[in-house]
Amino acid sequence: MKNRSLISINDYSKEEYLHILDIAEDFEKNPHQKILENHVIATLFFEPSTRTRLSFESAISQLGGKIIGFTDASSSSVSKGETLMDTIKTVANYSDLIVMRHPLDGSARWASEVSNVPIINAGDGANQHPTQCLLDMYSIRKTQGTLENIHIAFVGDLKYGRTVHSLVIALTQFNATFHLVSPEELKLPSVIKKYIKDAGLKYHQYTNMEAIMNKIDILYMTRIQRERFADPMEYERVKNSYILKNKMLENSKPTMRVLHPLPRVNEIEETVDKNPKAYYFQQARNGVYVREALLASILGLK
Amino acid sequence: MENSVQKELKVSALENGTVIDHIPSNRLFTAIKILKLETVSNPVYFGTNMNSQKYDSKGIIKISDRFFSREEINKIALVAPTATLIEIKNYKVVSKYTVETPDEIQSFVKCFNPKCITNYQAVPTKFKVFTDEFGTLKLRCHYCEKTTTQENMVFQ
Repeated sequence: MKNRSLISINDYSKEEYLHILDIAEDFEKNPHQKILENHVIATLFFEPSTRTRLSFESAISQLGGKIIGFTDASSSSVSKGETLMDTIKTVANYSDLIVMRHPLDGSARWASEVSNVPIINAGDGANQHPTQCLLDMYSIRKTQGTLENIHIAFVGDLKYGRTVHSLVIALTQFNATFHLVSPEELKLPSVIKKYIKDAGLKYHQYTNMEAIMNKIDILYMTRIQRERFADPMEYERVKNSYILKNKMLENSKPTMRVLHPLPRVNEIEETVDKNPKAYYFQQARNGVYVREALLASILGLK
Repeated sequence: MENSVQKELKVSALENGTVIDHIPSNRLFTAIKILKLETVSNPVYFGTNMNSQKYDSKGIIKISDRFFSREEINKIALVAPTATLIEIKNYKVVSKYTVETPDEIQSFVKCFNPKCITNYQAVPTKFKVFTDEFGTLKLRCHYCEKTTTQENMVFQ
């Protein structure tokens, strides 16, 4: 993987993902390895992001690397009208690797074609966010001991959630069974379901999550945004059916874990946080190990 | 007699050049645009809504002293997959073939996704061409990974 950009979840093979997860496991045991001491990493955030940026910067700092960059486009020459190509070509002169988030779909792929240093896509518009997918895979493997043959439920906005789309696609390589719980208006798009069908796997669709609680190994919650509904009455009707409460977890397997990409608004009641099945804050922590592993592997240090 | 006069008018002979036949009638002007024939100085003849034995109706283009590379001509397969090419030299047909849908196309279709980088900055478009489970031709953007369907194609 040395010097290869990571733009889309389809860029790396199953073996390569598993290799990254293995390195991440090593970083979890020993997170402070000063292997980036002679490296400069650029973090270019053309649109604000708290979690992803802080988690990357934490990963870089823990490995002893130096960080340059900006946290929103208004403080860069983009506000003077510089093209993405020029910004990337310039910053590539100053750094060994570029982590970027950009509001336009496809921006990261374009950047990787004009840059002479590798690019890690930290989110390009509504398109891809592969490091989130990797940390989700890491969290599943860590809590279940394997990525193979799991039953996973996705709950909430399955239509627009890019994290859901990427994770579904990734898990089709691991013989997963998919339980898709969403309001009618926010069902998983058929282009994504096609990946499941093409892999010869099964999916089941529901509008209520209680029926599946005893079958699943992972409950992947997402936020439902009011503005996604054409009819505001419909939002009012459905919103409470997609809020996770402790009581709903009673019949679930003891090994079942709840994941959420965060930020959470109200779709998981705060009382659930203390439930041993809640895993979303550890999941966010895993993002640091996975990003450490990616940096180390792309820079050829692991 | 009357018949042969009509025929003569429809298929006037070309000394050297290319005939593109069997273009769906409603796609003729798009095909002209894709091949950028508005800008050439060679004589160009075209007709549309003409009778066809194979199809209900068809369009046809003839260009004098102009030959196309396969790559160039295959671009029109996106709108006219039935089109056939005839190359003429010294009034004789020297080759005849059907257009082939390319696997990848670059720089002449606009991405349908309004949030795609190619619609904001000077990035040449690039698509993989595929047919879905219902046999419909679609383009997958190399950059934003979104799909542009045949009815949404806009040519640059």
